[in-house]
Amino acid sequence: MSERRELELLAELVPPGSRVLDLGCGTGELLAHLIAQRGCSGYGIEIADANVLQCVQRGVDVIQLNLEEGLALFDDFSFDVVLQLDTLQHLRNTERMLRETARVGRIGIVSFPNFAHWPNRVSVSRGRMPVTKTLPYQWYDTPNIRVGTFADFELLARRNGLHILDAFGLHNGAPVRRWPNLRASVAVFKFERGVAASV
Amino acid sequence: MAAPGSLFLGTMQSIGIVHPQSRHFEQPLPLRSGATLASYTLVYETYGMLNADASNAVLVCHALNASHHVAGRYDDDQGSAGWWDNLVGPGKPLDTDRFFVIGVNNLGSCFGSTGPMHANPATGQPYGADFPVVTVEDWVDAQARLIDALGIGQLAAVIGGSLGGMQALAWTLRHPQRVRHCIAVASAPNLSAQNIAFNEVARRAIITDPDFHGGHFYNHGVVPARGLRVARMIGHITYLSDDSMEAKFGRELRNGGLGYTTQDIEFQIESYLRHQGDKFSEYFDANTYLLITRALDYFDPASAHGGDLSAAFAPARGNHFLIVSFSTDWRFAPARSREIVKALVDNRIAVSYAEIDAPHGHDAFLLDDPRYHGLLRAYFERLA
Repeated sequence: MSERRELELLAELVPPGSRVLDLGCGTGELLAHLIAQRGCSGYGIEIADANVLQCVQRGVDVIQLNLEEGLALFDDFSFDVVLQLDTLQHLRNTERMLRETARVGRIGIVSFPNFAHWPNRVSVSRGRMPVTKTLPYQWYDTPNIRVGTFADFELLARRNGLHILDAFGLHNGAPVRRWPNLRASVAVFKFERGVAASV
Repeated sequence: MAAPGSLFLGTMQSIGIVHPQSRHFEQPLPLRSGATLASYTLVYETYGMLNADASNAVLVCHALNASHHVAGRYDDDQGSAGWWDNLVGPGKPLDTDRFFVIGVNNLGSCFGSTGPMHANPATGQPYGADFPVVTVEDWVDAQARLIDALGIGQLAAVIGGSLGGMQALAWTLRHPQRVRHCIAVASAPNLSAQNIAFNEVARRAIITDPDFHGGHFYNHGVVPARGLRVARMIGHITYLSDDSMEAKFGRELRNGGLGYTTQDIEFQIESYLRHQGDKFSEYFDANTYLLITRALDYFDPASAHGGDLSAAFAPARGNHFLIVSFSTDWRFAPARSREIVKALVDNRIAVSYAEIDAPHGHDAFLLDDPRYHGLLRAYFERLA
């Protein structure tokens, strides 16, 4: 149930009625929820055939694209919200996609596994890469080609002139607002393009 | 194509024996060229039942060498299956148990609708080269009159591949209130210079055939078969991917060894192309080939908007689209489909887009790749 609760927590960050672009939308579950429960509209972006099919089966509009190729399809500020949930860690071009997210959306919402979550720290201190519910892969077969921490993302966001509107952690379906870099398995950031930023 | 999905599809029922119908229209059809077709006949087939409120009709638009014969077969001729029989039928992705499916032969074609081999009412002689140049938009307007005649106010969907996809798109631009969903497969917003170049080579092969007689060969009792053969050969090359041709033929020799001949067939690919050309020249009309390739060349909805495709799609704001491309299609490459998607997204139009990783090139749209057909099935299942 914690996954469902996480989905709802993330959905609550999206203002009702928003035009949404969901990067790496998977099977379209969140977008379907946003459309049905929050009166949103928009598209999902997905690369995997099976996920594209599930989106169509759900009636969620999906565009099959490789995010590594950027978001040239979309004009500046053409969406109220761009979601990049549990996607960033799979991208080679993480920083570019972050800029693209901030370019296309008025608001960006990003979530990713927080590598600084304390069990991960313990594991690494023992000399081994962590294998957890949030990071369930062995080091040699993980699809996560980027590992970063809550604190790392704050720096990257600042570097790219993003104005952070909200930031917290998630763990077992509950928000973590106190010491999220240590206590949360997932990091969540809501941001907008800063006034002075040249993205 | 040996995937489990195709076995599954192969066991599904065909619609069975079908019969073409025809309808004559006396109301003149104004054409984009400024000419008018005074009267004309459209040949069509329908499959399934139109429901009480006429809300379940799906129009299938054909591409270059196909016709109204989309599904089923004639009499007991097993070889006469419709060109999209793997997609359309009971229990198939476009399910004739749910939908009333219409296939219509376009004007200028050689499969029954008014075309260059029919008598020009003004002269009593076959139109030949005098058949008016028709466009994708003209075809769509004629199709709309057939839809009127069938008592259908609004189509549930219009679907087509390649040139058929262009017609499906044109429906949403010319008659957006009369269609809800548009499915354009392996299509493009216009032809590239390379596409037009291929068409021009094909046309020159036909026109320079001594049997063409300026398009009036019917009176001479001949057919410009050589030109048609070459036209088909060049076309066929562009419908296949480099990889699929390599896989199918490679450098395989017909007789096992070289014959040191410049004019006889040496390689299997030559044999295949000649066979395709021969078959085509026996059933296709030379003037139709010229007309249809021109319709392809001319299609360019952005041109009326200074090249702005997004502006062109503004009328389609109420429509819902599914755009599909194939990774190895170099004739109508995925990038061309993405141009359509961008124009739709710019207008905030509901669209799904799938890029099917299939090895078969442009011809993939006619095959039953399970990912492709699974997607169409899912789309039609959701389609209200």
